[in-house]
Amino acid sequence: MIRSVGRNVSRKDGAEKVDGTARYVDDLSRPGMLHARTIRSTIPCGDIARVRLDFDTTGFTIVGAGDIPGRNLVSLILEDQPCLAEARVRHAAEPVLLLAHEDRERLIGAAVTIDYRPHTPVFDPAQSPTVFKSVTIARGDLDEGFRRADVIVEGEYRTGHQEHLYIEPNGMLAVPEHGGVTVYGSLQCPYYVHKALCVLLGLPADRVRVVQAETGGGFGGKEEYPSMIAGHACLLALKSGRPVKLIYDRTEDMLATTKRHPSVVRHRTGVTRDGRLVAMDIDVLMDGGAYCTLSPVVLSRGCLHATGPYRCDHVRVNGRVVMTNTPPNGAFRGFGAPQTLFAADVHMERIAETLGIDPVRIREINALRPGDTTATGQVLGPDAAALDVLRAAVSRSDFRRKRRAWRGTHKGIGLSLFFHGAGFTGSGEVKLQSKASLELTPTGVRVLAASTDIGQGQRTVHAQIVADALGLPYDAVVVAAPDTAAVPDSGPTVASRTTMVVGGLLKRCAEEMRERLGRLTPKAYLKTHGPLVITKAYEPPPGLVWDDDTYRGSAYGAYGWACDCIEVEHDPVTSEVRPTRVTTAQEIGKAIFPLGARGQIEGGTAQGLGYALLEEVVLRDGAMANAQLTNYIVPTTLDTPPMDVVLVEKPYAHGPYGAKGVGEMPFDGVAPAVVNAIRSLGFDVRDVPATPERIMEAPPIGTGDSRLRPVAERRASARQAGLGIREARRTKRPRTTPSARARRKAVRS
Amino acid sequence: MKRPAFRPIVLTVNGARTAVRVPPMKRLLDVLREDCSLTGTKEGCGEGECGACTVILDGRAVNACLIPIGQAAGARVTTIEGLKGRHRLQAAFANLGGAQCGICTPGMILAAVALGPRPTLAQVRTGLAGNICRCTGYEGIYRAIAAARTARSRKAAASSQKLDARSRTSAEGRKQPKSRLPAEAPRAKAGVPSPESRPSTVLGAALSVSKGRVPPLDRARGGPERVEGPKAPSRSRS
Repeated sequence: MIRSVGRNVSRKDGAEKVDGTARYVDDLSRPGMLHARTIRSTIPCGDIARVRLDFDTTGFTIVGAGDIPGRNLVSLILEDQPCLAEARVRHAAEPVLLLAHEDRERLIGAAVTIDYRPHTPVFDPAQSPTVFKSVTIARGDLDEGFRRADVIVEGEYRTGHQEHLYIEPNGMLAVPEHGGVTVYGSLQCPYYVHKALCVLLGLPADRVRVVQAETGGGFGGKEEYPSMIAGHACLLALKSGRPVKLIYDRTEDMLATTKRHPSVVRHRTGVTRDGRLVAMDIDVLMDGGAYCTLSPVVLSRGCLHATGPYRCDHVRVNGRVVMTNTPPNGAFRGFGAPQTLFAADVHMERIAETLGIDPVRIREINALRPGDTTATGQVLGPDAAALDVLRAAVSRSDFRRKRRAWRGTHKGIGLSLFFHGAGFTGSGEVKLQSKASLELTPTGVRVLAASTDIGQGQRTVHAQIVADALGLPYDAVVVAAPDTAAVPDSGPTVASRTTMVVGGLLKRCAEEMRERLGRLTPKAYLKTHGPLVITKAYEPPPGLVWDDDTYRGSAYGAYGWACDCIEVEHDPVTSEVRPTRVTTAQEIGKAIFPLGARGQIEGGTAQGLGYALLEEVVLRDGAMANAQLTNYIVPTTLDTPPMDVVLVEKPYAHGPYGAKGVGEMPFDGVAPAVVNAIRSLGFDVRDVPATPERIMEAPPIGTGDSRLRPVAERRASARQAGLGIREARRTKRPRTTPSARARRKAVRS
Repeated sequence: MKRPAFRPIVLTVNGARTAVRVPPMKRLLDVLREDCSLTGTKEGCGEGECGACTVILDGRAVNACLIPIGQAAGARVTTIEGLKGRHRLQAAFANLGGAQCGICTPGMILAAVALGPRPTLAQVRTGLAGNICRCTGYEGIYRAIAAARTARSRKAAASSQKLDARSRTSAEGRKQPKSRLPAEAPRAKAGVPSPESRPSTVLGAALSVSKGRVPPLDRARGGPERVEGPKAPSRSRS
């Protein structure tokens, strides 16, 4: 039997996607179907005084908060977000009223006016009185650590919003049937939508059915927001008794749906003269937007990655995520880790600059190794591959020679070392209790799982794992469409867990099925014994213990490890920085479908280049002012350099065939590597996106606190200023140059 | 409400003469998707930036969201359905990582078709700059196009098969391959794909991603199960 794991089999969904027959939600239609539209608030904070319908309502179905049969909320972590605003709005894209009509022209023409009593909005997370969640991680004795330090390096690092920009905008089709409702949609997590609909509609679980249509990209953006859209479509469908299709156009999708949390991360680090980290004090602030959504978990993952893949005996991480009157932020590839890993690795670069140590050497000294203990007390297994990926990427990119040779030119090369925990954080997988099934068919088996293929290749990877575990050909495995009426809840398709966790469940199903089959063919077994379905539920690997209250224990079953070396060219006239080459080494346990793994790495890297250099969400009065592709710029073919991908495999004992997760990690290290490359050109950049304006206004490196100074002197001057020296100097500088202001003005006009 | 009557607008869609009675300012994209039931053409932004709605109109790749149907009267339009799953680029995209979520793929393939049979990497990068892909980082797309180009040149030299008349008179007036690619397409030559997309390596395991092999598009078995749901609207909507 030819094994399929580790081979580039033919993608399960390849043919349909290249010949145009794959059906996305907007390709579906039903007789008598209505089109729907969402009327949203236009102010960031206030009470609704009056809603006026200034159009002929004949033939319209109109739904407001009063029409909700169940509870008016989008059920998730905190039950704070209404499905339709009732008396108060908390951000400038909040759904207030729903309209449906069979004629799209009339629907678009319908004018609704909402009168408000406005309140003063909160836009600055540092000023927010509402904290959704705070996290503290502590290890060792911070004071003792700082006493051992020869030098203290401080800094503040900022990241902005980022829009997912999946190419298929969000959409749902709701069909009232069988005394309940069926929803077809673009989504990542069918059971999240299912749960939210039962609460909203007051229907029992068996009267709500959620089916994933082919989904044109997710990246986290279709994790929680589809519950809102499905709710809206269902409310209209149940009131009208007709199928209702609700498709967002690009502008609505960008204005209203979730984005990556902006962050401000402050580091204060004690190091010895020879470059060892002895104390890390990290403060993480994230902007959650108007409602809680998944912010507590995003913050948690961010804090758990905040030290970077570095060892230190004395650590304190304080994190909080707060409310502002902006559209809620939510899940996005990396889920908090890209923000804190950006700060960690730019800070590491600054430590190297301060001490005059080679950037590769300082990472070699401090990288976590097998047997080391993380900030939460997790002891790393033999698959901790930080040094392997560092050396692979550095030698393959010829990093050291290029750094030397390019000194004084407009070319730079930067480095980042990073890691990413696969699967849900801490005890999340235990609480989730996901299940997956295998069903024997006359020609092979069917995979029954709620995991969704959003482009990452889940169908292919699951089929490969099952085929090999059963000893069947890859083609004999069929993957069922995610449909809550037909498949068990294998958990959401998020957190780099689909291969490692759900793939592991399916492997256990297949192993038991193989035993049951013995020497019988599927057909013969079904004839003699009747139908066979095997279901397995999640069991934590031995020794994986986590305490949610103290943040101690094993935060993740396994970590992937990676290193990016990114080369850039700076244009001295326009201040633009262009990436010219990416070399990345990524350790993912085992590449089940190497082509897919490579696709995740290349795609995640390109998305990271956008985050680092191009993608800037401009907010005006709490609403996105550049909610269109014309001026929210994502990387095209001309912005994306050649990429050299090195896959490193150090099998994880509890992953299927040794696999860990790969979906998110490739994104994490791009922004710090790009900024470190820009720093190698002498610009003291600490924020992303590093737009030409930011680079132009960046001070040169080495004029402020970057020189090696005795601790006492540094402490004294910092005390005198009441804050870090860098911050003191920064406050004197104007935040924006005329060109930056002009640019923002242009966006507003 | 009574709909106003519109004069028929006649165009050739995927080789078939088609008359539609719709407002002349209706977008070609909507006419294709709603009146012709050709939903392979996708809408990503509706403002001509993302390229998901790319079709070939009289031999040129255009954004169907920016063309009023009145302007397409008399034109020959090719959509992804017009390639019938038989174009070598389709197999290459499916098998070499050119498609992930698939929403940009129809437009991307048509934009690549419009570049002609043997584009250089520089031509590909410029020619596809109006088509945004958020999944692949474009590397898989370059690999697919390079492999299809290699496979094409080998096949053209070796094949004695005649192209049938129908595939010769395609909308863009260029020769199109008649059949699927052979199961054992030849390996990429040294230097193709270009040094910029040179193959990557694996430490600890063999990886054979970019060998320039284009296996045939196989939809016979083991494909994804389809959503047992609603069908697209029928052709008779005008």
